[in-house]
Amino acid sequence: MNGDFTLADGVFWLLSAATALGGLGAALSRNIVRAVFFLLLTFAGVAGLYGLLSADFLAAVQLMVYVGGVLVLMLFAVMLTSQIDQAHQSNPVGSRWLGIACGAAMLAVLWTTLVRAPFLEESAPAYAPTTAELGHTLTGIGFLPLLAVGLLLCAVIVGAVVVARRGPGTE
Amino acid sequence: MTSVGLHHFVLLSAVLFSLGIACAIARRNAVAILVGIELMLNAAALNLAAFSRFGALRAEGQLFVLFVIVLAAAEAVVGLALILAIHRRLRSVDVHRADSLKG
Repeated sequence: MNGDFTLADGVFWLLSAATALGGLGAALSRNIVRAVFFLLLTFAGVAGLYGLLSADFLAAVQLMVYVGGVLVLMLFAVMLTSQIDQAHQSNPVGSRWLGIACGAAMLAVLWTTLVRAPFLEESAPAYAPTTAELGHTLTGIGFLPLLAVGLLLCAVIVGAVVVARRGPGTE
Repeated sequence: MTSVGLHHFVLLSAVLFSLGIACAIARRNAVAILVGIELMLNAAALNLAAFSRFGALRAEGQLFVLFVIVLAAAEAVVGLALILAIHRRLRSVDVHRADSLKG
């Protein structure tokens, strides 16, 4: 913990401000389309933070899978399910105070615990690409989980098609 | 102003997780609940990546983040397919109205 303010620190504060702002907007926005676009800000901020943690492959995967895949999927779901004339009130609040209370309680517990937690903090190593190391690990001890995830993705594709298809019983 | 370390990343992820849990509990739109769940998953994955940089295990922590991202994508696909099926039956994605089994 030294006192000088480096470029990485500035980048961290910028990215964390964007991430927290996006999360706040996604959680509080009245318009579901706006909430999804705030989520885009959060995903992009987290991708930048991965880059700052010298996890360059994770940053690329985050951008490709989340921003390119999950977010587009969510926008499709919003467009297919919400009526256009209710766009300004498309994200109704159910139990607002319960949600705020649970979020605040969780934040209080986590914050008070983590602030005084004595992490064994090593000095961070210098910035270096870690993609090759990750690939070696993935084909080493991570090979069986990789196969399992492939099987899971296959099952997910089949299951999603079966669930979402237009069955004979529905209109 | 101290230099950015492990604590900063962990506290940011605590903030993200709390926002996600508040969003998932307070909302009635099923898509918004999925948004909250994605916020929580991102917070957890950020934690793993931070610990993998500042700890001793570097590639193993990133491996976990990779699998978390894949599982989050799978969960989003199945969740949105379920939301479409519910919408086709009820004409609504309000989770308070989806209260019947085999209805």
